[in-house]
Amino acid sequence: MSSSTSAAAAEFARRRQSPVQRLQGLLHSYPWLSPLILFAVTFAFFSILNPRFAEPGGISILIQQTAIVAALGIGQTLIILTAGIDLSVGAITILAMMIMATLASDGGMNGLLALLIGIAMAVAAGFLNGILVTRVNLPPFIVTLGTLSIFTAIALLYSGGSSIQQDRLPRLLNFLGEGFGPRGGLRLTWGVVLVVLLYAIVGFALSQTAWGQHVYAVGDDPESARLSGVASKRVLLSVYTVAGLIYGFAAWALIGRAGAATPNAITDANLASITAVVIGGTSLFGGRGRLIGTLLGALIVQSFSFGLSLAGVNQQWRLLATGVLVLVAVTVDQWIRKVKA
Amino acid sequence: MHIRHVSSSRTMRRALASAGIVGLALGAAACGSDDSGSGGSAGAKEKIGVSLITKDSSNPFFVAMQKGAKEDATKQNVALTVASGKQEGDDQGQITAIEDAIARGDKGILITPMSTGVNAAIKKARDAGLYVIALDTPPDPANTVDITFATNNREAGQLDGKWASSTLDGKAATIALLDLFNDKIVSVDYDRDQGFLEGMGIDVADPKKNGDEAKTGKYTGGKGGDYTIVCNEPSNGAEDGGRTAMENCLSKNPNINVVYTINEPAAVGANTALKAAGVSDAIVVSVDGGCAGVKSVKDGIIGATAQQYPLKMATMGMEAIAAIARGGAKPSTSEGLDFFNTGVALVTDKPAAGVDSITSDAASKICWG
Amino acid sequence: MSTIERLPLAVDHLPEEKRAKYEADPILSARDLVITFGRVIGLDGVNVDLYKGEVLAVIGDNGAGKSTLIKCLTGAYTPDSGDIWLDGSKVDFRRPQDAREAGIETVYQQLAVIPALDIASNLYLAREERRKGPLGSVLRMLDKKGMKQRAGDSVQKLGIQTIQNMGQAVETLSGGQRQAVAVARAAAFGSKVVVLDEPTAALGVKESGMVLEMVKQLRDSGQAVILISHNMPHVWEVADRIHIQRLGGCAGVISPQSHDMGEGVAIMTGAKTLEQPPS
Repeated sequence: MSSSTSAAAAEFARRRQSPVQRLQGLLHSYPWLSPLILFAVTFAFFSILNPRFAEPGGISILIQQTAIVAALGIGQTLIILTAGIDLSVGAITILAMMIMATLASDGGMNGLLALLIGIAMAVAAGFLNGILVTRVNLPPFIVTLGTLSIFTAIALLYSGGSSIQQDRLPRLLNFLGEGFGPRGGLRLTWGVVLVVLLYAIVGFALSQTAWGQHVYAVGDDPESARLSGVASKRVLLSVYTVAGLIYGFAAWALIGRAGAATPNAITDANLASITAVVIGGTSLFGGRGRLIGTLLGALIVQSFSFGLSLAGVNQQWRLLATGVLVLVAVTVDQWIRKVKA
Repeated sequence: MHIRHVSSSRTMRRALASAGIVGLALGAAACGSDDSGSGGSAGAKEKIGVSLITKDSSNPFFVAMQKGAKEDATKQNVALTVASGKQEGDDQGQITAIEDAIARGDKGILITPMSTGVNAAIKKARDAGLYVIALDTPPDPANTVDITFATNNREAGQLDGKWASSTLDGKAATIALLDLFNDKIVSVDYDRDQGFLEGMGIDVADPKKNGDEAKTGKYTGGKGGDYTIVCNEPSNGAEDGGRTAMENCLSKNPNINVVYTINEPAAVGANTALKAAGVSDAIVVSVDGGCAGVKSVKDGIIGATAQQYPLKMATMGMEAIAAIARGGAKPSTSEGLDFFNTGVALVTDKPAAGVDSITSDAASKICWG
Repeated sequence: MSTIERLPLAVDHLPEEKRAKYEADPILSARDLVITFGRVIGLDGVNVDLYKGEVLAVIGDNGAGKSTLIKCLTGAYTPDSGDIWLDGSKVDFRRPQDAREAGIETVYQQLAVIPALDIASNLYLAREERRKGPLGSVLRMLDKKGMKQRAGDSVQKLGIQTIQNMGQAVETLSGGQRQAVAVARAAAFGSKVVVLDEPTAALGVKESGMVLEMVKQLRDSGQAVILISHNMPHVWEVADRIHIQRLGGCAGVISPQSHDMGEGVAIMTGAKTLEQPPS
């Protein structure tokens, strides 16, 4: 080990970095920083366009509108972290929703039992995805493309295509639509509370437990993970199953939000959840990203939608703006990755 | 690591290619439903083959249409094939179903056309000798099909508008318009929206375009008065979209007192948002007239809704095709319209002056779904 | 172990302190290993003895059976016949996991480290340590600070100076530094044998030197090391004994002191045969 080499290395480490490079380095070390900054900028921008955006009432609406997609984003983040993708996210949610609502409607099954069965069905659906990915070794894109149609068909056959309104459902199923706080002010629903709780729990698991380490390992380099002794197949299976569980909770929250259980809800679930994950800084190639980024990503997308609406911007321009947002966010993310530590 | 990324993108490409094939296959499979055999040549005792092709199989409106048609098919001695696209905008699904009908030797097609994208396929069917009837929405241009059995979506909107303006009784109207889409233009969307505004007596500028009206002015319906249009928000015709749309509108202006909704599920969602915001005195109008919607009128969630008769469209259409195949006369359009009007009625428990209506009880006897 | 005849050793030329480790019983022994793949003979009755605190290099031409031998010893292959003893007990490995659990750690040529994770996480991958108390047992929370510190200790023990921050992502490390992480991982968990498969193959001169120092450090700390390499200068620099594979069998065990590189290569290719070592 010649001293001139280590001196050169030390010199490199001490090198003068331009402010831009320093910022790039900072963003690389803390991947949730860039979506946070983007959200702050977005928030400030739309508040200027229409001050109602930043009022407690406006913030309350923004949070409630984000909650469902944010919840779906948890499952999608887990799966994308393993270099997979889930196109059946909306279909599983609808299936769970229609099952729990149909069972409990018109004084049928006990609300709690119906809720548990609905969530169990979502877990089973996620488990099925996982089995097809790990045992039958099909690519996640193909698996979830197929199960998307299967679960949608089952939900339609089961529900007959009609929706069940909240007056026919027990209070428990509608409960997540209830809330606290002044009307017109900063009002939060129990659904929002549940979603925040889910983020906290899954976020903790991802960053503080061995399971979380294994999820990142399997996503970043599956072969190395296997050689290192990680039970890759079991980890993958667990990821899809946990995602199913999250979708089951999202279904419960959706009933409260929509005021009905309907097979026609969240038709854009795939695009919305994947966009939230991508804008939040998680790599589609797996192994990199923080869960909190997805929450910020979902907030950013919804801020655009809500903010442009408040500003009275024409429909076509809104579409354009959302598309540009995705491209800008991903480009910034790519630039951040090209950094020397 | 470069090597890994290249192989992932190669895998990705292969995956996308196979996904495309799988997706098409699934799409084609999803569109075909129960196949009840083909019809032979015309004759009173022979089974006539008819295809019913809706936009999708999940919207309760189309589900009801399909159900009613199936029940009526046996009475008419019709071998009915039911098909649809996968969702709004799935032109290819309907095109495939049309081609299947031709291949099967059906005598006629009943179709709720997705868009002008299916016109070419419809022409092929007519050239092959099938009688094609459009249901619910006339195609553009109207003579693409032999005839349209529709509900007048414009009239439906106008009934809502007339009722709303009459009920306002001279008060200022702060209006929220909850449309269907903001990224597609479909006739049901602008017909109902613009019809509503016409019924209110508001100048609609381009009658085929939502959102181009003056935001403030005077309405002439009922006793007349001032109006403000707060928003045009897309609801996707579902409860969750209706809620989000209503929230957006209320955030812009919390004093909304008139809400037009594209259909009853959107109205239900809008109502959830109104309740959450503590707004109790807004008038909500809608279109569809399904049994769930009629109940919403009864429960006070919706002030008035224009009831349409999808089952009537389907059954009348099937009867017409069966009649033609057995040597009968072809149907003709209703007076002054370029389609055969299957009727629309306003359903409300709070009748307003100057506009006929039926009660929710009466409506629940003839509702669909 | 007293039932097994030790293989003859030629270590008389070694200084006293270096000879001491050969007084103990071998940590790993294999006798009469045979494996065939269809009609091809992979191993033809090979014997190996490995002692603690030594570097046993395994060299041989392509197809000579050196990687086959290693795979039999690390559980990737199951020999058709023959026996293996580890630390006095007979072992029967069905898969690599069995060998690892028994204490034989392998550092593969492709390293098997996760670029996105940091050094400490890589070191503890699949062997993570939880915090004490309910945080660890109920919530299964990891002791990240502790692992980081102990990772630092492991790396330092190998004499690596250039890696300071255990929280650094592995993807930011050079090839040699990644190799160091992989070796540290193999050595850190009370392993009995560390197998290094072509550790310097992808490295430049400077980094190779660092890795070889690491190997010596490992050996000097009492670890038993098997080194597979086709780089003769490196082998002659670090090995204590050199096992030469040729045509599925062992052509002999020499040492850098008893034979020079040229002679070693000659034995490997068959140009020369080994005279029987003095017993």
